[in-house]
This record gives sequence, structure tokens and C-alpha cells, in this order.
Amino acid sequence: MAMQLALEKWPGRVYEVTIGATKEEGGSRTHTVKIGGAQALPFLFDEGAIPNKPSIAFEICDIPPADWPQELVKWYGSALNDPLALAEKCVKEYKAQILCLRLQGAHSDFGDKSPEAEAKLVSQLLKKVSVPLIILGSGDDAKDNLVLPACCEAAKGERCLVGSAVQDNYKTLAAAVLADGHNIIAESPIDINIAKQLNILISDMDLPLERIVINPTIGALGYGLEYAYSIMERARLAALSGDKTVASPFICFTGQESWRAKEAKAAQEEFPSWGPESERGIIWETITSVALIQAGAELLVMRHPKAIQKVNEYIDKLMK
Amino acid sequence: MFIIGELINGMYQNIGKAIKERDKSVIQKCALLQVKSGADALDINCGPASRQPDSDIQWLVEVIQEVTDKPLALDSSKPQVIESGFKVARNKVIINSTTADADKLDILVPMAREHNARLIGLTISAKGIPQNKDQRLELAATIVASCIDKGFPVEDLYLDPIVLPVNVAQAQMKDILESIREFKIISDPSPKTIVGLSNVSQGACLRSLINRTFLTLAAGFGLDAAILDPLDQALMDALITSELILNKHIYCDSYLEAYKK
Repeated sequence: MAMQLALEKWPGRVYEVTIGATKEEGGSRTHTVKIGGAQALPFLFDEGAIPNKPSIAFEICDIPPADWPQELVKWYGSALNDPLALAEKCVKEYKAQILCLRLQGAHSDFGDKSPEAEAKLVSQLLKKVSVPLIILGSGDDAKDNLVLPACCEAAKGERCLVGSAVQDNYKTLAAAVLADGHNIIAESPIDINIAKQLNILISDMDLPLERIVINPTIGALGYGLEYAYSIMERARLAALSGDKTVASPFICFTGQESWRAKEAKAAQEEFPSWGPESERGIIWETITSVALIQAGAELLVMRHPKAIQKVNEYIDKLMK
Repeated sequence: MFIIGELINGMYQNIGKAIKERDKSVIQKCALLQVKSGADALDINCGPASRQPDSDIQWLVEVIQEVTDKPLALDSSKPQVIESGFKVARNKVIINSTTADADKLDILVPMAREHNARLIGLTISAKGIPQNKDQRLELAATIVASCIDKGFPVEDLYLDPIVLPVNVAQAQMKDILESIREFKIISDPSPKTIVGLSNVSQGACLRSLINRTFLTLAAGFGLDAAILDPLDQALMDALITSELILNKHIYCDSYLEAYKK
């Protein structure tokens, strides 16, 4: 007798979020990136529709990133000193379909750039490249509340994804995102209860649930990956079972977390048995990313072009 | 839990009057209010005073369908009234209800199958109301066997253990609750379970408190569905909290609000 697969039929669906707006939609992007929309667990095509594949954004920074190891730096070279050149390099050379701009320079510890300066950068960047844009603050809540609204306004109509809103600081950003037609990143500290609560708080401000992307906060391989995995899995199972308050797609900063790991960046002289660091970091970022794709991640923000290439190949294989 | 709002029933004065006068605004308002308060489906009962239940139920179905696409539970002890409701129903339908008697099962099970409807089966028969758990299980098994015989999917069957008023049959309450759990093991796939909740407090004081306490206990015994008053907010909040404690929803500080989103 032929084996019959036990298929699950889910009543719920993950919200589909569109990032970027074309000319016809009031923006100036040449394409949009759609994430989410699945009616099944990742890649279980027999159980429900999976309209969009996971997407990968290249992470770029408004100032030269201070903590990137040599293995990363050498792939971008002098472009790291100029965010516009860096954006162009990612798009032209590495075929980035979406960019994630981190406004680290707005932080008082990293240059204290003004809201006007950052807004200007966003405008210039949108002229320089035509891919959809994710905009991140510096992590300083008070400063981000000045910088991000200015950037939202500068990018009005481009339907960016802007973050991050957190439980203690979401109102200013939610209002700006709502006013200027963007989507929002809701960030919680590896805590499903807070992720759910934050989504409700944001939607209570009239920003609809279908414009929220959850950043569940993740750990890299060896640094809490399995905690992130299980939280994402639990939220996704609830979403597919019909809980709309956790039915947002996930964004995972796998580049940032992977390249913090000692195993990714330590020199071979220090740990000879670990092998060359030119391969290790790529593997670390790749494995962290593919694991979280299986947990349901729809949007990854990554750093190493080689790792991005490998993960894209993996996605394409599974989507076939 | 699957909630069927009970308020569109001709035995309530306002609804009975609206049916008689064909005042659709009263019915539609009642339907929408129940849906807004958390009803997943709406029970429709013309009431004992209806002289033309066949046409009354059709009118009710039509006016309710104008404002909601929620499933409708066609509630009558007369199969021809239910059949007449089907003639105009576009929304999904739940048949409320069959008993364990062969003459009812022979009409209503094929009717449910033909229309892809769900079916409520009362564990009651012409011999009367069951007096203990064993009698309930026997009647439940009769209904399940009939569904299997007639090719009706058992997972679309909702078995009702018959909730009796606590001030009449206090000694049976534990049996009723245990029946909810044991109905599940009659077959695989399991039938679902349902109660007509308000009956538990019939004739008692503190009705709302009795209703929500019973429902909380029943949820713990695995109850799948209930016919109740969704406008009773304390009842709905107790139900949501019960399900939270049973790990059916993810906790957050605004979990009551989350349930309604």
C-alpha cells in the first residue's frame, strides 16, 4: 500500500506585507518585495499556498561599521565609507533586491548625526538606487523618535519598512509610519507574549496588522538559535490556527547576530583547529539563516555576499 | 471554542414581535451585535408561538444573510422547518438538531450530508432525557453509528450531552461534564461536543455566574462548542481566560482584546 502523508489543513494565514512602491503605486521603486502570505508552514506546499519566497536584504550603514571583521570589510572595500556607493555596489555588483539601511550614525556614541542629515541621506539613497528600502534607527529611543519620523517623511509614499518599534517606545514611530504610508518593524526580546502585545498596541493606533513585520530577536547558531526558532514556530502555529495578532511575517537580523559570534570572526591563528576564518563566518551566517527560514523567517537581513548567495540558492532549491 | 449566539429566538419577546411584524432591523441588529461580541455562528429559532415556522425561518435566514456571512444554526425540532431554511440559505448551515431516534436520524443525517452542513445530535430519545452518563454514551453511540452508516463525516457532528438545570438535576452535573470528555472516544476521528449553556441556570438566581462557571468547567473537559448569550461579557471573558489557561491562546497582557481581533 502506498504511504499517505498526513496533511494539516490550516484555517489561518500569515499577513502579506509589500515593501516598496512603484511609480504606479505612488513611489519610485522599479519593483516591490512581497513577504508572508503563507497558509502553511515553510515549504510544506501540499498543506497550503505559499505565495512568496523568503527575501534577503543587504545590510548597509550610514557610517563605516566599526565592528565588522576584515572578512566582511574586504568584500565591500572603500564603499563602506560612502553609504550611497555601498548601496550601488550591493545592487549592481551583488544584485541586491532590497536594502536595509541602519542609521547607526545618529547615535550619540557614533557621531550624533542630525535628523535632517539622515533624512537627506534617505532621499539621496532613494534616488541612487531603485530597490525597496528598510530603514532602521540607531537603537537610541529618544534620538530615533526624532530621526525616524524625519526619514519616514523623506521617503513618503515609498512604502518602506521602518523600525524598530518596541513595547516602551512605539507610538511616535507608529504615527510616522501611518502618516507616510510605510510598514513597521515590531521588535520584542525573544518573547512571544511581548511580540503579541506589541502588535495589539500598534494596531490599536490604527496601523493595521497587515503592515507589521515582527522582529522576534534571534540568536545565531550556538547563541540561542533554538530559543528564537521555538518562539517563531509557536507564533507561526498560532497564526496558522487563526490568531491574527501574531500573524505577521518575521524579519531576522541573521547577519548582525552571526557576525557577533566568536566562531564566525576569530582568526585562525587563535584557534588553528577551527579552520580559516574566510570560510567560517560565511558558514555561520548561512546556517543561522537557513535554520530560521525553516522556522518561518520571511525576510533576512544579511551581510556577507557569499552567504547571501548560498542562502538564495537554498531558497530557490526549496521553492522549486 | 466555537460560539453559537442564542439570541435570535422567537421565544424572546422582542424577536417574536419582530418576526410577527417582519421588522428586519431588530433581527439584523441582534445578529450583528452577537457577531461583534464574539459569536462564530448564529442560532435561528422561530419560537414556539410561530404559526408558520416554514416561512418564518426563511425570512429570518434571508434577513440575517443580508448582514453577515457567519454560519446559521437552523433550530427546530421539525425536520421540514430545517429543510425549508436550507432552501434559502447561502451561508453555511448547522442543523440544530437531531435526537437519537431513528426517524429523526433517517431524515436529518442524509439532509446534513446532502447540504454539507454540520449536525448537532442531542443525546435524548423518545424514551426521555438520559439520567446518567451511561445512558448519554449509549445515545451518543447510536448517533455516531448512524452517521457512519449514512456516510456523514463524524468530525462535523456535534454531540450535546443535554445540560439540565442545576437546581433540578444537581446530581447529574458531574456526569454531564464527564460525558463531554467520553464522547470523544466513541470514534476516530472524534465527534465534536456542544452544550446549550443557558439551560444549566434555568430557574436559578445568579444565572450569569452559574453559566460561566459551568462553561469554564466544560472547557476543561474539552468542550468544542456552545450555544450561549455572547452579550454576557463576563461569560465571554471567563471563556477566553479558560482557553488561555488551557494553552489554546498565546498569553499577552491584552489577551481579552486579542481574542476579539
